[in-house]
Amino acid sequence: MKNRSKFPMFVTIGVLVFLYAPILVLIIYSFNDSRYPGAWQGFTLKWYRTLLEANSVEARDIWRATRNTLLVAFCATIISMVFGTLAAWAMYRFRSRLQSLHQMLVYAPLVVPDILMGISLLMLFVNVNMSLGLTTIIISHTTFCISYVALVVLGRLQDFDHTLVDAARDLGANGFAVCVRILLPLLGPGIAAGGLLAFTLSVDDFVITFFTAGPGSTTLPVQVYSMMRHGTPTLINALSVIFIIVTFSVVIFSQRVLQKRDNSHPHI
Amino acid sequence: MDGFIELRGIRKRFQGVPAVNDASLTLNRGEVFSLLGPSGCGKTTLLRILGGFETPDAGRIIINGQDITDLPPNKRPINTVFQNYALFPHLCLWDNVGFGLKMAGKPRKFIDQEVERMLDLVDLLDHADKKPHQISGGQKQRVAIARALINKPQLLLLDEPLAALDLKLRQRMLLELDRIHDEVGITFLYVTHDQGEAMSLSDRIAVMNQGRIEQIARPMEVYEAPSSSFVAAFIGDTNFFKAHVSGSVGEDYSTLAIEGVPSVLAYNDKKLQRGQQVYLSIRPEKFRIQREKPAPTEHLNMLKGKVLDIIYLGSNTKFRVECGGHVLMITQQHARFMLDTTPLTWEEEVWVSWNADDGYMLQRYEEADARLLDLPNEEESVP
Repeated sequence: MKNRSKFPMFVTIGVLVFLYAPILVLIIYSFNDSRYPGAWQGFTLKWYRTLLEANSVEARDIWRATRNTLLVAFCATIISMVFGTLAAWAMYRFRSRLQSLHQMLVYAPLVVPDILMGISLLMLFVNVNMSLGLTTIIISHTTFCISYVALVVLGRLQDFDHTLVDAARDLGANGFAVCVRILLPLLGPGIAAGGLLAFTLSVDDFVITFFTAGPGSTTLPVQVYSMMRHGTPTLINALSVIFIIVTFSVVIFSQRVLQKRDNSHPHI
Repeated sequence: MDGFIELRGIRKRFQGVPAVNDASLTLNRGEVFSLLGPSGCGKTTLLRILGGFETPDAGRIIINGQDITDLPPNKRPINTVFQNYALFPHLCLWDNVGFGLKMAGKPRKFIDQEVERMLDLVDLLDHADKKPHQISGGQKQRVAIARALINKPQLLLLDEPLAALDLKLRQRMLLELDRIHDEVGITFLYVTHDQGEAMSLSDRIAVMNQGRIEQIARPMEVYEAPSSSFVAAFIGDTNFFKAHVSGSVGEDYSTLAIEGVPSVLAYNDKKLQRGQQVYLSIRPEKFRIQREKPAPTEHLNMLKGKVLDIIYLGSNTKFRVECGGHVLMITQQHARFMLDTTPLTWEEEVWVSWNADDGYMLQRYEEADARLLDLPNEEESVP
């Protein structure tokens, strides 16, 4: 035991440094008393104050973009959870000669480059005379989110025993009761996981949003990008730190919850 | 025969391949009826059609005078015990069993009372709060039965309910099923490929092969008087002889000419005429095998043969005996203490005898069915 190689430890430390050093730098520089990244000018909390008090145009823009981002992500997630689940169910349940084509078409958005998606969606919206705004962003995000939800739910369905549906029908359940009492409880975790993935991707998306956003409907990634070029990058550092704190809290909380559930239901 | 449940001319094809081909049968109230056949014979399809999970291409299903062919599964007075039990993994046993009554919109108090009664019937009241993954296979089986019986169906379908259990548990569950049937008195339709299960549990058996029902009869009739070579070969072991009628003895017996051996006497219940071809089936245990020539009696057939192989199994011994080019499979029970006798040995000359009543003439014969028998390999059959 004593002579165990230290190599794994070094690798672990190396990976952790690789992953978290940039974030650490970002956190430190969010306290830098300078408009631009670079030399350390001294400690300050003013960027946080500016952000939280929202008393500058930039800060107000940031919060509007944040609200837009969350709104878009929420709508796109809900819509894609519904349609993605339906798509997965259709692919699981019905076998046709077009099955593989159907499957390919649903999965295609996963591999099509974002820039292609963005341009083609923009052309579509222009051609049908739709003014660019939050609605067009939501539609665009839904198109690729559906694929992710469908992928995750279909994976969940692969080991779903369809005789459970037969059994429920046999015991007098109508179609609605089968959905509410059997399918949703059993597929729920899969749908939720797909939804979570969709939410993350939607919040993160830059390229497609860049093409399909209109004036006043900027989302956070696009806003941050423009601020990096024309605004106050250090303000963004502060914003990022707030986001990191929120994200880590969510992750830790959800892991706690999942662990508890795992202990009580080993198979679900 | 009160014709309580009736299937008329059910047909079903899957991608052009017939799975059930013109199946008709009638179930009596309260009986245990088995569908017995090898896998792929259409028995499960027939069960799924009864349950409402498949729509037949043709034919009607009538229960108690009501045509239910077009009703969905949730509207039929039929419940099913599925082969893999299909217990709802997210519900505890109590909620699994109560599911049917909940769907029927029964009041809470009534449901609780019935669930308790059913769990008690299958002896699982102590485990009511457990989830399906926390109990054993046999217990799952009993939950599945309780869940299917709680709605008091007119007919209970059981799809190979014991297939997933080990041998000992299977025998226990057979007795349990019998007890539950006696207690609830509901008509059972039992689908199985295991002849032992079907024979021991059923009032009547329908033997199916390639989508058709070959014979519907009581277990004893199916064994003793099979209607076809398939039934004879699928249920138990037998020996087939190709023969033609060469004469008659009295009103009920005929002599049959079989290639390679002297003519034999057989009970002719089919009223076959002289010259007609027939196949004779003789069960292995109907033969007697001995060294000395048996004393001739009126309807006794005897052939001289040579022992090819002996398989000692304790309570009985299987012999393979060659008689005039035919290899017979013979089983002898050992009712007496064996060590006091000199047992038969390989290559020994023996006399094989059987009563004329013990050979049964088959109405239908298919060459392929002989493959179902526990026959010796081709190359080692006749020296």
